[in-house]
Amino acid sequence: MLRFHRRRLAACSVALAAALAVSACGSKTGESDTTGGVTADTSGDTVKVGLLNSLSGTMAISEVTVRDAIMLAVEEINAAGGVLGKKLAPVGEDGASDWPTFAEKAEKLIKVDRVAAVFGCWTSASRKAVKPVFEENKALLFYPVQYEGLEQSPYIFYTGATTNQQIVPGLDYLKAQGKKSVYLVGSDYVFPRTANKIIKAYAEANGLKVLGEDYAPLGSTEFGTIVNKVKASKAEAVFNTLNGDSNVAFFKEYKSAGLTAASMPVVSVSIAEEEVKSIGTQYLSGQLTAWNYYQTTTGAANDKFVKAYKAKFGADKPTSDPMEAAYVSVYLWKAMVEKAGSFDVEKVKGASNGVTFEAPEGLVTIDGATQHIHKTARIGKIGDDGLITEVWNSGGPVKPDPYLKGYPWATGLS
Amino acid sequence: MTVILGQLFTGVSIGAVLLLIALGLALTFGQMNVINMAHGEFIMAGAYTTYVLQQTITDAGLSLLVALPVAFAVAGAMGVLLEWALIRRLYTRPLDTLLVTWGVSLMLQQLARDVFGAPNVQTKAPDLLTESTSLGADLSIANSRLFILGLVVLAVAALTAALKFTPLGRRIRAVVQNRDLAAVSGIPTGRVDRLTFFIGSGLAGVAGVALTLLGPIGPTMGTNIIIDAFLVVVVGGIGQLKGSVIVAFVLGMLQAMVEYLTTLSVAKVIVFVAIVAFLQWRPQGLFTLRTRSLA
Repeated sequence: MLRFHRRRLAACSVALAAALAVSACGSKTGESDTTGGVTADTSGDTVKVGLLNSLSGTMAISEVTVRDAIMLAVEEINAAGGVLGKKLAPVGEDGASDWPTFAEKAEKLIKVDRVAAVFGCWTSASRKAVKPVFEENKALLFYPVQYEGLEQSPYIFYTGATTNQQIVPGLDYLKAQGKKSVYLVGSDYVFPRTANKIIKAYAEANGLKVLGEDYAPLGSTEFGTIVNKVKASKAEAVFNTLNGDSNVAFFKEYKSAGLTAASMPVVSVSIAEEEVKSIGTQYLSGQLTAWNYYQTTTGAANDKFVKAYKAKFGADKPTSDPMEAAYVSVYLWKAMVEKAGSFDVEKVKGASNGVTFEAPEGLVTIDGATQHIHKTARIGKIGDDGLITEVWNSGGPVKPDPYLKGYPWATGLS
Repeated sequence: MTVILGQLFTGVSIGAVLLLIALGLALTFGQMNVINMAHGEFIMAGAYTTYVLQQTITDAGLSLLVALPVAFAVAGAMGVLLEWALIRRLYTRPLDTLLVTWGVSLMLQQLARDVFGAPNVQTKAPDLLTESTSLGADLSIANSRLFILGLVVLAVAALTAALKFTPLGRRIRAVVQNRDLAAVSGIPTGRVDRLTFFIGSGLAGVAGVALTLLGPIGPTMGTNIIIDAFLVVVVGGIGQLKGSVIVAFVLGMLQAMVEYLTTLSVAKVIVFVAIVAFLQWRPQGLFTLRTRSLA
C-alpha cells in the first residue's frame, strides 16, 4: 500500500513538474506575469475564454440557455474583429450540476487552457465552490445570475442582480400598490432563506406585515397545506422564492385553491420566460415577476439581441434575464480589456470602474468597488402568451449594494 | 373550523395520492417480493403518455380520459417486458432485483431525457379540474384532488374485486402464499407473475396520469415519489392491500396535520420518526400475511 502511494506520488510530481515547465515556456511568449497568478495564453492570434456551465444534470435546463447566450456574444465579437485584434476561442466545460466538478473544471480552464476569463455558473453553490479557485489563481469569473447578495470577491464580476436590484424593488412595488401584508413561500436552501431574512427586515421598517413563512424542500411537489395556510392567512400578496419544479406544483395548487392574480398576486424572483413556458401560462397568467430584463424590454439593443438569438437557436426560444446578463458580461469584459489595453487580470480589474455597455436591458455600468453592475429594476406581468411585460421600472439603473449598506433597516443582516 | 376541515381534506388527498402511487407497488413488491426500483419510472411513463396523447387529442378532458387506459397499457407493457427480460431470473434473489431494477430506472430516466428533452413538459388540464368546488365561505376543495380521490376508490375497488373474485386473483393469491405448492398444483406461475406485473405496472401508469394534474412531468419525477410508495407498502404490511390503504390515509392525515402546525420540513421529519418508531414496534408492518410457505 505504501509503495503504491509513493509511486503515485512520484507520478504526480513528475506530471506537476512537466505542467509547470510547459506553463513557464508559455508565459515567455505570453504576457508578463505581474501577480504570481496563472497568466492567460495570449501569444497567438486568438485568446481563449472559458465557458463553465452545466450541460448535464438537473441545472442543464437553465444553464444551457446561458451558454448559448455567451456563445452568441463571442461570435458577434469575433465577427466584429475580436478583442485587441485577437479572435476569441471559446473553451467549454460541463459543470454537470455538481459543485466539486465546477471547481475542478474551473481549475482546468485556468491552469491548462489558460483562458483570459471564465463566464458561467448559476447556483450559489457552484459559485461558492469555484470562488476560492479563482481567488487563488487570480483569474476572472463573470457570474450572470441574480443571487442573494452579501458577497464580494476581488476576482468575480457579478452581472446579475443583487438583492437591492431585484428583491427590494419587488417589495417597493407591492408597497406602492398599497399591499399591507405578505406571505413568504420559498425553497429550503440558502437563497430563499437569505432573501426572506432581508424581506422581513424590510417589512418591519416599512409597515408591511409578514403573515407567514414556509419552505419546501427542493423538488418538493406537495403544496396542499402550504397553499391552505397562505389562503387562511388572508395576506394581500405572496413573495415567492421557490426554485425549479416546485413552482409547477405550487401554482397548480394555487389556482385550484381558487386563488388568483387578482385576489392574491404572487411576486416571483426565479421564474423567467423559459420557466413560464414549462409551468404553463394557464396557471401563471397575470402573476408578477421581478427581474432586470424581459424579452419584451423595449430598445434597439434588445431588438438586435432577440433577433440574433432566435436566428441562431430557434424562433420558439425565449430570451431571459440570466441569458441577457451572461451575454452582457462578455461585452463588458471586452470593454474592460480594451480600456486597459491588456488581457492582464489585474490591469483589466483596474480599468473596470465606470465601464459601460448599451445592453439589451439598457445602459449598464460597472461599479469598480463592488464589481457588480448598475442595472435597471423591472416588475413584469406574465401574459397569456407566456411573455412577460413590464408594469414598472426603476426609471434608471440602480447602484448595486450587495451588503445593503445604503438601507438603514438592513444593518445587522450580514 | 373551516381551516381544520380544509386540512382534513388535504390529508385525505395526500393519502389518495400516496395510495395511488403505492397501489401498483403493493402488488409487485408486496405480493411478489420483487423490489422494483423502476416503479417510479412506470409512473413517469404514464405521465409522458398523457403528454404525448395531448399532442394529438387537443381536447384536454377527452385526452385525459383516453390517457387513463392507454397509460395503463403502456406502463403495464413496460412492466411485462421488465419481468420477462430480467426479473423472472431473479425471483429467489430479492436484493438483486433491487440493483437490477435500479439500473433500469436510471436507463429509463435517461431515455426520457433523450426523447422528451431535459426540461419539464406540461399538459393542459381540463378547465373543470383546475377549478375548485366551494363548500361554504372559506372552504373549497380542489377538483383535481377530488378526481384523484375518485380514481383511487375505483382502483382499489377494482383491484380488490379482481384479487378476491376472479380466477386470476385466486391464482395470484395462491402463488403469493406458496409458489412451489401452486406450481405443483398446476398453476402456471410464470404466466401469473407476468399478469401480476402487468396490473401492478399498469396502476403506476394510471398514477402517472393523475400526477400530471398536480405537478411537473419530468424525467426524475419517479424518483421523488418512489420512497413514499415503499414506505406505505412496508408500513402497511407486505402483501396486504388493506394495510396499504389504511397506512396511506393515516400518513396523509399525519403529514397534513403536523405540517399545518409546524412546517413542511419538520412534518417530513416527524412522519419519518413516527414510521421508524412504528417499525420498531411492529417490524412486520400493520398487517401480516398468513402463509403456509416455509420460507
